[in-house]
Amino acid sequence: MESYIGKIKEISERLLNDGTVECVVGFRKGTVALTNEPCMITKASDVQDLVWDENCRLNLANYLTGRKEKIAVIAKGCDSRNIVNHIIENKISREQLVIIGVPCKGMVDKNNPEVLQANCATCLHRNPVIYDELCADLVEEQKEVDRYEDVRKIEAMETQDKWAFFEDLLTGCTRCYACKNACPLCYCPTCFVDESQPQWIGKGTDPIDIRTYHFLRAYHCAGRCTDCGACEAACPQNIKMRHFTKKLEKDCNELYGWEAGLTVDQRPPLDSFKVDDPDKFIM
Amino acid sequence: MKNLMEHMGVEPGRLQFSWISSAESTKFVDVVTKVTESVKALGPNTNYVKKSGAKG
Repeated sequence: MESYIGKIKEISERLLNDGTVECVVGFRKGTVALTNEPCMITKASDVQDLVWDENCRLNLANYLTGRKEKIAVIAKGCDSRNIVNHIIENKISREQLVIIGVPCKGMVDKNNPEVLQANCATCLHRNPVIYDELCADLVEEQKEVDRYEDVRKIEAMETQDKWAFFEDLLTGCTRCYACKNACPLCYCPTCFVDESQPQWIGKGTDPIDIRTYHFLRAYHCAGRCTDCGACEAACPQNIKMRHFTKKLEKDCNELYGWEAGLTVDQRPPLDSFKVDDPDKFIM
Repeated sequence: MKNLMEHMGVEPGRLQFSWISSAESTKFVDVVTKVTESVKALGPNTNYVKKSGAKG
């Protein structure tokens, strides 16, 4: 994917020079090994800072929330789906955006550059779903990928084993909130964890508070999560919090036939009512 | 929500939802009886309880 960068720079420079956009959101070399960091380029002379390789894990849709200017954004498949989410949720308008699509071949695991990170290995939407420019030919989508093997494994467990599995999963969480800061869906001005009237949740690292935080954060992403993996990529403790969001993704898929962020023309399932909505959980 | 709670190890039957109109008094009694029975059968909740005691 390193070969994309020439085209990315060329498009970015053109857009900045002719005044189409005021700013390009992309990646530049980070200060930590094997991690590129998001950046905003406002001068055509700075496009040389842009990089593209297998270490561009974060989701750039996160930097579009509430922007007012014309803005170009470099978008892999998952970023583009989150841009669709942002448009649906009125966080940015399509007219403001020039989307530079990147056909993605997957990001590598931050701890093991030899393998793809877990969500990329089972990705079904590597190509951007929405774009104005493309920096390379579209890539072939993965087929016959089992997206929910890990979810089914947990579903098959006994209640107490499930409890213990998540207890173990969340050991080490320090409530640093890197996961919610990296998540493009988490844009509320005041997050429920910061509310004090009422205080929904304890502020410490009591295991029950940690669990409640992860459970609620995931639930706020129901029907919206694109499994971009930014949360896990940002976690300094390597917690696999996608175990929560993937269960919701699987349910949304099975109950509503819904995959988040594929089209701007349809309202998400938790935002709309249909007479045949499943209601088995209501007594 | 029920699915995810149960997915992370809260017993099925611990969390229940219903929709009852203010005119449906018999349904209300019915649902409350059913919920009480199913929760009694499960016994006291030991998993999702904060053990450090103090509030917040």
